[in-house]
Amino acid sequence: MKGRRTRSSFLLIAGLMIYFLLNTPETGHAMHIMEGYLPVGWSLFWWAAFLPFFFLGLRSIRRIVKERPEFKLLLGVAGAFAFVLSALKIPSVTGSSSHPTGTGLGSILFGPWVMAVLGSLVLLFQALLLAHGGLTTLGANAFSMAVVGPVVAYGVYRLVAGRLGKQKIGIFLAAALADLSTYLVTSVQLALAFPAASGGIAASFAKFAGIFALTQVPLAISEGLLTVLVWNWLQAYNGQELTQLRLLKKEG
Amino acid sequence: MKRWTNWVLLLLVAVLAVVPLVLVKDSEFAGADGAAEEAITEMAPDYEPWFQPLLEPPGGETESLLFALQAALGAGVIGYAIGVYRGRLQNGKE
Repeated sequence: MKGRRTRSSFLLIAGLMIYFLLNTPETGHAMHIMEGYLPVGWSLFWWAAFLPFFFLGLRSIRRIVKERPEFKLLLGVAGAFAFVLSALKIPSVTGSSSHPTGTGLGSILFGPWVMAVLGSLVLLFQALLLAHGGLTTLGANAFSMAVVGPVVAYGVYRLVAGRLGKQKIGIFLAAALADLSTYLVTSVQLALAFPAASGGIAASFAKFAGIFALTQVPLAISEGLLTVLVWNWLQAYNGQELTQLRLLKKEG
Repeated sequence: MKRWTNWVLLLLVAVLAVVPLVLVKDSEFAGADGAAEEAITEMAPDYEPWFQPLLEPPGGETESLLFALQAALGAGVIGYAIGVYRGRLQNGKE
């Protein structure tokens, strides 16, 4: 059994390496609404919509760290996973590139609110250092990637894994749909701020969704597969903590 | 069974990333938000971005450095956690 474990961890490391090699960051921007590209009113609106969830997330993380300090490392993994996946700009069928979000894993492990904090940290890093996304648009981007995405992931996982008992499929769908819904929300946000002269918000949404959501389809599938991969590995080495987390969620 | 499932997952991810590169010719695979920017300009030609990024990487090289840094930080944490969990498992529980 020991041999198999060694092999599968080599596999994971090799896999991540291959993944990086295939997806060396290209110049040019990827996703998120860019700095200054939302009118002031909308920027404030989305900030206000996002902040309550951020505080929920802080409370949730504080509780986890205080009551179960042994989960700190797993929290780190959830954040790191979002960090890695957000850095990979993957080519897509539309001829443009975008990156996955990586928020599904943390939501499945710890519930949706934790990712509001971890996901927005990723966005902050990118806004400050990479001119990718922005501070004025951080509220909107965090709302789509760190609030709606994780909530969708959590709901889908609970439904498919909990009600239907299909755990792996649940994880895959949760991560993939979190990714897709993130960019559908981005499209809605842009459509609300920039309704088309003819056809209004709906026409505008169709246009943005054509750019964002379509590009995101293969990436959502990739994200689902990678999340299952990391889950498999966590289960192999740390099945105990995963079981405890599930029990906790049943109580809570 | 379990031994090769992860390989298959990885292979699928790799295929998903490579297929567009092969199929879609003469594209630079620029970011989708660039396309969104054009769409905004089309719908609201008078719109002026009202805020500029505080820091902007001076060029593609610096930008790719920062992206690589971001990926490396994340991968480092994940790798560290792998090591901790494996060590814990091999030394028996606790």
